[in-house]
Amino acid sequence: MHLKEIIELVDGTTLNPEVDLNIKICGGCGADLMSDVLASSQPKAVLLTGLTNPQVVRTAQIAEFRAIILVRGKQPQAETLAIATQENMPLIASPFGMFELCGRLHRAGLPSFESNVSST
Amino acid sequence: MCPPPRTPTEQEIHGRHGRPITDQDAHEINRVEELSYDLKIHEVMTAVLKTVTPEMPLSKVLDILRLNRISGLPVVENDSLVGVVSLEDIVRALQKNELSVHTSQYMTREVVTVASYDSIVEALRTFTEKQLGRLPVVDENHKLVGMITKGDITRGILVALQKDYKEEEVRRYRASHLFEDIISERTTLVLRYTIKAGDFTQGGKASSHIKRALLRLGADPLITRRCCIAVYEAEMNLIIHTTNGGILKLEVEPHRITMSATDKGPGISDTEQVFQPGYSTATEQVREMGFGAGMGLVNMKRCVDEIELDSTVGMGTKLIMRIFIPNHTVGVSRDGQNDEPSTNY
Repeated sequence: MHLKEIIELVDGTTLNPEVDLNIKICGGCGADLMSDVLASSQPKAVLLTGLTNPQVVRTAQIAEFRAIILVRGKQPQAETLAIATQENMPLIASPFGMFELCGRLHRAGLPSFESNVSST
Repeated sequence: MCPPPRTPTEQEIHGRHGRPITDQDAHEINRVEELSYDLKIHEVMTAVLKTVTPEMPLSKVLDILRLNRISGLPVVENDSLVGVVSLEDIVRALQKNELSVHTSQYMTREVVTVASYDSIVEALRTFTEKQLGRLPVVDENHKLVGMITKGDITRGILVALQKDYKEEEVRRYRASHLFEDIISERTTLVLRYTIKAGDFTQGGKASSHIKRALLRLGADPLITRRCCIAVYEAEMNLIIHTTNGGILKLEVEPHRITMSATDKGPGISDTEQVFQPGYSTATEQVREMGFGAGMGLVNMKRCVDEIELDSTVGMGTKLIMRIFIPNHTVGVSRDGQNDEPSTNY
Protein backbone atom coordinates (compact mmCIF):
# COMPACT_ATOMS: atom_id res chain seq x y z
CA MET A 1 0.00 0.00 0.00
CA HIS A 2 1.29 3.43 -0.89
CA LEU A 3 2.14 5.70 2.05
CA LYS A 4 -0.02 8.49 0.62
CA GLU A 5 -3.00 6.14 0.68
CA ILE A 6 -2.28 5.36 4.33
CA ILE A 7 -2.04 9.04 5.22
CA GLU A 8 -5.52 9.54 3.74
CA LEU A 9 -6.95 6.51 5.57
CA VAL A 10 -5.74 7.75 8.95
CA ASP A 11 -6.59 11.40 8.27
CA GLY A 12 -2.92 12.05 8.93
CA THR A 13 -0.79 15.17 8.96
CA THR A 14 2.76 14.71 7.76
CA LEU A 15 4.99 16.49 10.24
CA ASN A 16 8.10 16.40 8.05
CA PRO A 17 6.75 16.76 4.49
CA GLU A 18 10.29 17.35 3.19
CA VAL A 19 11.18 13.65 3.47
CA ASP A 20 10.46 11.09 0.77
CA LEU A 21 6.77 10.11 0.99
CA ASN A 22 6.74 8.24 -2.27
CA ILE A 23 7.16 4.82 -0.68
CA LYS A 24 5.41 1.49 -0.46
CA ILE A 25 4.30 0.15 2.92
CA CYS A 26 3.97 -3.64 3.15
CA GLY A 27 2.46 -4.07 6.62
CA GLY A 28 1.76 -2.55 10.01
CA CYS A 29 2.78 -2.89 13.64
CA GLY A 30 1.29 -1.12 16.68
CA ALA A 31 3.17 -0.91 19.97
CA ASP A 32 4.27 1.38 22.76
CA LEU A 33 7.00 -0.91 24.00
CA MET A 34 10.10 -0.45 21.90
CA SER A 35 11.46 -3.88 22.83
CA ASP A 36 8.24 -5.42 21.53
CA VAL A 37 8.73 -3.54 18.30
CA LEU A 38 12.31 -4.80 18.01
CA ALA A 39 11.31 -8.34 18.95
CA SER A 40 8.33 -8.91 16.76
CA SER A 41 8.23 -6.72 13.70
CA GLN A 42 9.18 -7.29 10.11
CA PRO A 43 10.85 -4.74 7.82
CA LYS A 44 9.01 -2.36 5.45
CA ALA A 45 6.06 -1.74 7.78
CA VAL A 46 4.47 1.34 9.30
CA LEU A 47 4.82 1.76 13.08
CA LEU A 48 1.80 2.99 15.05
CA THR A 49 2.76 4.27 18.48
CA GLY A 50 1.76 6.61 21.27
CA LEU A 51 5.35 7.40 22.20
CA THR A 52 6.94 10.60 20.94
CA ASN A 53 10.57 10.47 22.12
CA PRO A 54 13.60 10.25 19.78
CA GLN A 55 13.97 6.51 20.51
CA VAL A 56 10.83 5.89 18.49
CA VAL A 57 12.64 7.05 15.37
CA ARG A 58 15.84 5.18 16.24
CA THR A 59 13.87 2.01 16.94
CA ALA A 60 11.94 2.38 13.70
CA GLN A 61 15.16 2.92 11.81
CA ILE A 62 16.95 -0.07 13.35
CA ALA A 63 13.93 -2.32 12.82
CA GLU A 64 13.59 -1.00 9.25
CA PHE A 65 10.18 0.60 9.43
CA ARG A 66 9.32 2.89 6.57
CA ALA A 67 7.09 5.37 8.39
CA ILE A 68 5.78 6.25 11.86
CA ILE A 69 2.21 7.23 12.77
CA LEU A 70 1.74 8.98 16.12
CA VAL A 71 -1.69 8.04 17.48
CA ARG A 72 -4.28 10.22 19.20
CA GLY A 73 -2.92 13.48 17.76
CA LYS A 74 0.29 13.37 19.78
CA GLN A 75 2.94 15.90 18.82
CA PRO A 76 6.57 14.74 18.82
CA GLN A 77 9.40 16.31 20.80
CA ALA A 78 11.59 18.67 18.77
CA GLU A 79 14.51 16.20 18.76
CA THR A 80 12.23 13.44 17.53
CA LEU A 81 11.15 15.49 14.55
CA ALA A 82 14.75 16.54 13.83
CA ILE A 83 16.05 12.95 13.87
CA ALA A 84 13.12 11.72 11.76
CA THR A 85 13.85 14.34 9.12
CA GLN A 86 17.58 13.65 9.22
CA GLU A 87 17.00 9.91 8.83
CA ASN A 88 14.37 10.41 6.10
CA MET A 89 11.65 8.74 8.21
CA PRO A 90 8.11 10.07 7.53
CA LEU A 91 6.44 11.13 10.81
CA ILE A 92 2.66 11.32 10.62
CA ALA A 93 0.22 12.54 13.30
CA SER A 94 -3.30 11.06 13.30
CA PRO A 95 -6.22 12.22 15.45
CA PHE A 96 -7.43 8.62 15.96
CA GLY A 97 -6.52 6.18 18.72
CA MET A 98 -4.44 3.04 18.33
CA PHE A 99 -7.36 0.57 18.05
CA GLU A 100 -9.22 2.69 15.51
CA LEU A 101 -6.07 3.15 13.41
CA CYS A 102 -5.11 -0.53 13.40
CA GLY A 103 -8.69 -1.33 12.41
CA ARG A 104 -8.79 1.18 9.59
CA LEU A 105 -5.51 0.02 8.08
CA HIS A 106 -6.22 -3.68 8.50
CA ARG A 107 -9.71 -3.28 6.95
CA ALA A 108 -8.14 -1.48 3.99
CA GLY A 109 -5.98 -4.54 3.38
CA LEU A 110 -2.73 -3.72 5.19
CA PRO A 111 -1.47 -6.96 6.78
CA SER A 112 -0.09 -7.26 10.29
CA PHE A 113 3.71 -7.36 10.33
CA GLU A 114 3.82 -8.41 13.97
CA SER A 115 5.06 -11.93 14.58
CA ASN A 116 3.03 -13.79 17.18
CA VAL A 117 4.58 -15.13 20.35
CA SER A 118 5.07 -18.72 19.23
CA SER A 119 7.14 -17.71 16.21
CA THR A 120 9.51 -15.33 18.02
CA MET B 1 13.08 44.41 -31.61
CA CYS B 2 11.66 42.52 -28.69
CA PRO B 3 10.42 38.91 -28.72
CA PRO B 4 6.66 38.58 -28.11
CA PRO B 5 5.87 38.34 -24.39
CA ARG B 6 6.00 34.71 -23.27
CA THR B 7 3.17 33.20 -21.23
CA PRO B 8 4.66 32.59 -17.79
CA THR B 9 4.68 28.94 -16.69
CA GLU B 10 2.61 27.76 -13.75
CA GLN B 11 5.81 27.29 -11.82
CA GLU B 12 6.77 30.91 -12.30
CA ILE B 13 3.33 32.07 -11.14
CA HIS B 14 2.83 29.83 -8.11
CA GLY B 15 6.37 28.80 -7.29
CA ARG B 16 7.31 25.17 -7.12
CA HIS B 17 4.71 24.37 -4.48
CA GLY B 18 1.86 25.33 -6.79
CA ARG B 19 2.10 22.22 -8.94
CA PRO B 20 2.01 18.56 -8.14
CA ILE B 21 5.51 17.24 -7.82
CA THR B 22 6.56 13.84 -6.58
CA ASP B 23 8.88 13.66 -3.62
CA GLN B 24 11.41 11.80 -5.66
CA ASP B 25 11.46 14.86 -7.93
CA ALA B 26 11.74 17.10 -4.91
CA HIS B 27 14.69 15.15 -3.61
CA GLU B 28 16.52 15.45 -6.90
CA ILE B 29 15.57 19.09 -7.36
CA ASN B 30 16.98 19.82 -3.94
CA ARG B 31 20.41 18.63 -5.02
CA VAL B 32 20.14 20.61 -8.24
CA GLU B 33 19.02 23.63 -6.23
CA GLU B 34 21.95 23.17 -3.92
CA LEU B 35 24.26 23.00 -6.90
CA SER B 36 22.79 26.16 -8.38
CA TYR B 37 24.01 27.95 -5.24
CA ASP B 38 27.29 26.03 -4.93
CA LEU B 39 28.43 26.32 -8.53
CA LYS B 40 29.88 29.67 -9.50
CA ILE B 41 29.31 31.30 -12.86
CA HIS B 42 33.02 31.12 -13.79
CA GLU B 43 32.92 27.32 -13.33
CA VAL B 44 30.31 26.76 -16.03
CA MET B 45 30.70 29.75 -18.40
CA THR B 46 32.47 29.65 -21.74
CA ALA B 47 35.62 31.73 -21.46
CA VAL B 48 35.55 34.44 -24.13
CA LEU B 49 37.18 33.41 -27.36
CA LYS B 50 35.59 35.78 -29.82
CA THR B 51 34.89 39.47 -29.42
CA VAL B 52 34.30 42.24 -31.95
CA THR B 53 35.12 45.94 -31.95
CA PRO B 54 32.59 48.79 -32.35
CA GLU B 55 34.19 49.76 -35.69
CA MET B 56 33.84 46.32 -37.25
CA PRO B 57 31.34 46.23 -40.15
CA LEU B 58 28.23 44.13 -39.47
CA SER B 59 28.96 41.94 -42.52
CA LYS B 60 32.15 40.76 -40.82
CA VAL B 61 30.27 40.16 -37.55
CA LEU B 62 27.78 38.02 -39.46
CA ASP B 63 30.69 35.93 -40.85
CA ILE B 64 32.05 35.33 -37.34
CA LEU B 65 28.60 34.35 -36.04
CA ARG B 66 28.04 31.99 -38.95
CA LEU B 67 31.47 30.32 -38.81
CA ASN B 68 31.27 29.80 -35.05
CA ARG B 69 27.57 28.84 -35.06
CA ILE B 70 26.73 31.33 -32.35
CA SER B 71 23.97 33.90 -32.06
CA GLY B 72 25.64 36.83 -30.32
CA LEU B 73 29.00 38.44 -29.56
CA PRO B 74 30.32 40.89 -26.98
CA VAL B 75 31.62 44.20 -28.31
CA VAL B 76 34.88 45.27 -26.65
CA GLU B 77 36.80 48.53 -26.86
CA ASN B 78 40.07 49.16 -24.95
CA ASP B 79 39.56 46.03 -22.90
CA SER B 80 36.15 47.03 -21.62
CA LEU B 81 32.72 45.77 -22.61
CA VAL B 82 30.74 48.41 -24.51
CA GLY B 83 27.87 46.36 -25.92
CA VAL B 84 26.58 43.14 -27.39
CA VAL B 85 25.58 42.39 -30.94
CA SER B 86 23.20 39.58 -31.85
CA LEU B 87 21.72 37.98 -34.95
CA GLU B 88 18.59 40.02 -34.25
CA ASP B 89 20.56 43.26 -34.61
CA ILE B 90 21.94 42.00 -37.90
CA VAL B 91 18.44 41.15 -39.15
CA ARG B 92 17.41 44.72 -38.35
CA ALA B 93 20.38 46.01 -40.36
CA LEU B 94 19.59 43.65 -43.22
CA GLN B 95 16.06 45.02 -43.45
CA LYS B 96 17.58 48.45 -44.10
CA ASN B 97 20.32 47.00 -46.25
CA GLU B 98 22.98 48.42 -43.96
CA LEU B 99 25.31 45.46 -43.42
CA SER B 100 28.37 47.58 -44.16
CA VAL B 101 27.88 50.00 -41.26
CA HIS B 102 29.80 49.85 -37.98
CA THR B 103 28.67 47.45 -35.31
CA SER B 104 28.31 50.38 -32.88
CA GLN B 105 25.24 51.58 -34.82
CA TYR B 106 23.21 48.45 -34.20
CA MET B 107 24.65 46.91 -31.06
CA THR B 108 22.81 46.95 -27.72
CA ARG B 109 24.64 49.38 -25.44
CA GLU B 110 22.82 48.77 -22.17
CA VAL B 111 24.30 45.41 -21.48
CA VAL B 112 23.00 43.20 -18.70
CA THR B 113 25.97 41.35 -17.22
CA VAL B 114 26.55 38.87 -14.43
CA ALA B 115 29.62 38.60 -12.18
CA SER B 116 31.95 35.61 -12.56
CA TYR B 117 32.07 35.10 -8.77
CA ASP B 118 28.26 34.88 -8.40
CA SER B 119 26.35 31.59 -8.10
CA ILE B 120 24.68 30.30 -11.23
CA VAL B 121 21.34 30.94 -9.52
CA GLU B 122 22.02 34.67 -10.18
CA ALA B 123 22.42 33.97 -13.88
CA LEU B 124 19.21 31.91 -13.87
CA ARG B 125 17.34 34.80 -12.22
CA THR B 126 18.68 37.26 -14.74
CA PHE B 127 17.74 34.99 -17.66
CA THR B 128 14.16 34.82 -16.38
CA GLU B 129 13.80 38.48 -15.43
CA LYS B 130 15.28 39.92 -18.60
CA GLN B 131 14.12 37.15 -20.93
CA LEU B 132 17.61 36.82 -22.34
CA GLY B 133 19.36 33.70 -23.57
CA ARG B 134 22.99 34.72 -23.29
CA LEU B 135 24.81 36.95 -20.82
CA PRO B 136 28.31 38.42 -20.78
CA VAL B 137 30.26 37.58 -17.63
CA VAL B 138 32.52 40.22 -16.07
CA ASP B 139 35.08 39.99 -13.27
CA GLU B 140 35.39 42.28 -10.23
CA ASN B 141 37.08 44.96 -12.39
CA HIS B 142 34.18 44.84 -14.81
CA LYS B 143 36.40 43.25 -17.43
CA LEU B 144 34.76 40.77 -19.78
CA VAL B 145 35.85 37.20 -18.98
CA GLY B 146 33.27 35.00 -20.68
CA MET B 147 29.73 34.31 -21.82
CA ILE B 148 27.10 32.17 -20.17
CA THR B 149 24.02 30.52 -21.70
CA LYS B 150 21.30 28.31 -20.21
CA GLY B 151 23.01 25.41 -21.98
CA ASP B 152 26.24 26.10 -20.06
CA ILE B 153 24.28 25.93 -16.79
CA THR B 154 22.56 22.66 -17.67
CA ARG B 155 25.87 21.13 -18.71
CA GLY B 156 27.61 22.39 -15.54
CA ILE B 157 24.93 20.90 -13.28
CA LEU B 158 24.94 17.57 -15.11
CA VAL B 159 28.72 17.30 -14.81
CA ALA B 160 28.55 18.09 -11.07
CA LEU B 161 25.74 15.56 -10.49
CA GLN B 162 27.69 12.89 -12.30
CA LYS B 163 30.72 13.65 -10.13
CA ASP B 164 28.57 13.25 -6.97
CA TYR B 165 27.27 9.94 -8.22
CA LYS B 166 30.72 8.63 -9.10
CA GLU B 167 32.11 9.60 -5.70
CA GLU B 168 29.39 7.64 -3.87
CA GLU B 169 29.90 4.66 -6.19
CA VAL B 170 33.64 4.66 -5.57
CA ARG B 171 33.09 4.94 -1.80
CA ARG B 172 30.69 2.01 -1.83
CA TYR B 173 32.93 -0.07 -4.06
CA ARG B 174 35.97 0.54 -1.87
CA ALA B 175 34.09 -0.34 1.33
CA SER B 176 32.52 -3.49 -0.03
CA HIS B 177 35.87 -4.76 -1.31
CA LEU B 178 37.77 -3.87 1.84
CA PHE B 179 38.24 -7.45 2.95
CA GLU B 180 39.26 -8.66 -0.49
CA ASP B 181 41.73 -5.84 -1.10
CA ILE B 182 43.61 -6.13 2.18
CA ILE B 183 45.60 -9.33 2.44
CA SER B 184 46.39 -10.57 5.91
CA GLU B 185 45.95 -13.77 7.88
CA ARG B 186 43.03 -12.23 9.66
CA THR B 187 41.54 -8.83 8.78
CA THR B 188 39.28 -7.26 11.38
CA LEU B 189 37.53 -3.90 11.19
CA VAL B 190 36.86 -2.45 14.63
CA LEU B 191 34.16 0.18 15.21
CA ARG B 192 34.18 1.73 18.67
CA TYR B 193 31.65 4.10 20.27
CA THR B 194 31.59 5.74 23.71
CA ILE B 195 28.07 5.70 25.16
CA LYS B 196 27.14 8.18 27.91
CA ALA B 197 24.90 7.14 30.79
CA GLY B 198 21.48 8.81 30.74
CA ASP B 199 21.95 10.39 27.32
CA PHE B 200 18.59 9.39 25.88
CA THR B 201 18.61 11.98 23.11
CA GLN B 202 21.66 10.37 21.53
CA GLY B 203 20.39 6.86 22.25
CA GLY B 204 20.54 4.72 19.14
CA LYS B 205 22.91 7.00 17.26
CA ALA B 206 25.82 4.56 17.48
CA SER B 207 23.61 1.69 16.29
CA SER B 208 22.44 3.84 13.44
CA HIS B 209 26.07 4.50 12.41
CA ILE B 210 26.81 0.77 12.71
CA LYS B 211 23.92 -0.03 10.44
CA ARG B 212 25.16 2.34 7.76
CA ALA B 213 28.69 0.95 8.05
CA LEU B 214 27.57 -2.68 7.70
CA LEU B 215 25.41 -1.96 4.67
CA ARG B 216 28.26 -0.04 3.09
CA LEU B 217 30.52 -3.00 3.74
CA GLY B 218 28.09 -5.07 1.71
CA ALA B 219 26.68 -7.11 4.61
CA ASP B 220 23.49 -9.08 4.03
CA PRO B 221 20.47 -6.88 4.96
CA LEU B 222 18.94 -9.53 7.25
CA ILE B 223 22.19 -10.07 9.13
CA THR B 224 22.61 -6.30 9.39
CA ARG B 225 19.13 -6.04 10.91
CA ARG B 226 19.78 -8.77 13.49
CA CYS B 227 23.12 -7.23 14.40
CA CYS B 228 21.65 -3.73 14.72
CA ILE B 229 18.70 -4.79 16.88
CA ALA B 230 21.16 -6.49 19.24
CA VAL B 231 23.59 -3.54 19.43
CA TYR B 232 20.69 -1.10 19.79
CA GLU B 233 19.36 -2.98 22.84
CA ALA B 234 22.92 -3.09 24.22
CA GLU B 235 23.40 0.63 23.54
CA MET B 236 20.14 1.46 25.34
CA ASN B 237 21.21 -0.73 28.29
CA LEU B 238 24.45 1.25 28.61
CA ILE B 239 22.40 4.47 28.64
CA ILE B 240 19.71 3.20 31.02
CA HIS B 241 21.56 1.04 33.53
CA THR B 242 25.22 2.05 33.85
CA THR B 243 26.76 4.47 36.33
CA ASN B 244 29.20 6.10 33.92
CA GLY B 245 28.25 4.81 30.51
CA GLY B 246 30.41 2.38 28.58
CA ILE B 247 31.96 1.30 25.32
CA LEU B 248 30.15 -0.30 22.43
CA LYS B 249 32.47 -2.15 20.09
CA LEU B 250 31.91 -4.00 16.88
CA GLU B 251 34.53 -6.23 15.27
CA VAL B 252 33.73 -7.10 11.69
CA GLU B 253 35.41 -10.05 10.01
CA PRO B 254 34.41 -11.75 6.77
CA HIS B 255 33.04 -14.77 8.64
CA ARG B 256 31.79 -13.20 11.87
CA ILE B 257 30.57 -10.03 13.58
CA THR B 258 31.47 -9.69 17.27
CA MET B 259 29.61 -7.07 19.29
CA SER B 260 30.57 -6.08 22.80
CA ALA B 261 29.26 -3.69 25.43
CA THR B 262 31.53 -2.97 28.37
CA ASP B 263 30.90 -0.81 31.43
CA LYS B 264 32.36 -0.18 34.87
CA GLY B 265 29.29 -0.53 36.98
CA PRO B 266 27.07 -1.04 38.81
CA GLY B 267 27.19 -4.72 37.72
CA ILE B 268 24.46 -7.37 37.67
CA SER B 269 23.98 -9.65 40.72
CA ASP B 270 22.15 -12.48 38.94
CA THR B 271 23.19 -12.95 35.32
CA GLU B 272 20.67 -15.79 34.84
CA GLN B 273 17.64 -13.78 35.93
CA VAL B 274 18.19 -11.00 33.36
CA PHE B 275 17.51 -13.50 30.58
CA GLN B 276 14.01 -14.17 31.96
CA PRO B 277 11.41 -12.40 29.77
CA GLY B 278 9.84 -9.56 31.76
CA TYR B 279 12.55 -9.24 34.41
CA SER B 280 13.50 -5.59 34.69
CA THR B 281 15.06 -3.13 37.13
CA ALA B 282 14.27 -0.09 34.99
CA THR B 283 12.82 3.07 36.52
CA GLU B 284 9.32 4.37 35.80
CA GLN B 285 10.85 7.15 33.67
CA VAL B 286 12.61 4.63 31.45
CA ARG B 287 9.44 2.54 31.15
CA GLU B 288 7.52 5.61 30.03
CA MET B 289 9.97 5.91 27.16
CA GLY B 290 9.02 2.46 25.94
CA PHE B 291 12.02 0.64 27.35
CA GLY B 292 12.62 -1.44 30.46
CA ALA B 293 10.03 -4.07 29.64
CA GLY B 294 12.49 -6.79 30.53
CA MET B 295 12.88 -7.93 26.96
CA GLY B 296 16.30 -6.45 26.13
CA LEU B 297 18.59 -9.43 26.72
CA VAL B 298 15.88 -11.85 25.57
CA ASN B 299 15.76 -9.90 22.34
CA MET B 300 19.53 -9.80 21.96
CA LYS B 301 19.78 -13.55 22.52
CA ARG B 302 17.19 -14.12 19.81
CA CYS B 303 19.12 -12.02 17.28
CA VAL B 304 22.62 -13.41 17.74
CA ASP B 305 24.26 -16.83 17.47
CA GLU B 306 26.26 -16.61 20.70
CA ILE B 307 25.87 -14.45 23.78
CA GLU B 308 28.07 -14.24 26.89
CA LEU B 309 27.29 -12.09 29.91
CA ASP B 310 29.91 -11.62 32.56
CA SER B 311 29.32 -9.29 35.47
CA THR B 312 30.62 -8.50 38.94
CA VAL B 313 28.66 -6.22 41.25
CA GLY B 314 30.73 -3.13 41.96
CA MET B 315 33.11 -3.86 39.08
CA GLY B 316 31.16 -3.83 35.87
CA THR B 317 29.62 -5.85 33.07
CA LYS B 318 30.89 -7.25 29.81
CA LEU B 319 28.44 -8.47 27.23
CA ILE B 320 29.77 -10.25 24.13
CA MET B 321 27.57 -11.31 21.20
CA ARG B 322 28.53 -13.02 17.97
CA ILE B 323 26.80 -13.48 14.66
CA PHE B 324 28.33 -15.97 12.24
CA ILE B 325 28.09 -15.11 8.60
CA PRO B 326 27.21 -17.96 6.28
CA ASN B 327 29.26 -17.89 3.08
CA HIS B 328 31.12 -14.77 4.23
CA THR B 329 28.63 -12.23 2.97
CA VAL B 330 30.43 -9.21 4.46
CA GLY B 331 32.59 -7.75 1.77
CA VAL B 332 30.52 -9.16 -1.05
CA SER B 333 28.20 -6.65 -2.68
CA ARG B 334 24.57 -7.63 -2.71
CA ASP B 335 21.60 -6.67 -4.82
CA GLY B 336 18.86 -4.56 -3.25
CA GLN B 337 16.07 -6.14 -1.22
CA ASN B 338 12.78 -7.01 -2.79
CA ASP B 339 9.47 -5.95 -1.32
CA GLU B 340 8.23 -9.36 -0.23
CA PRO B 341 7.68 -9.66 3.51
CA SER B 342 10.25 -11.87 5.13
CA THR B 343 9.14 -14.57 7.51
CA ASN B 344 11.29 -13.99 10.53
CA TYR B 345 13.16 -10.78 11.14
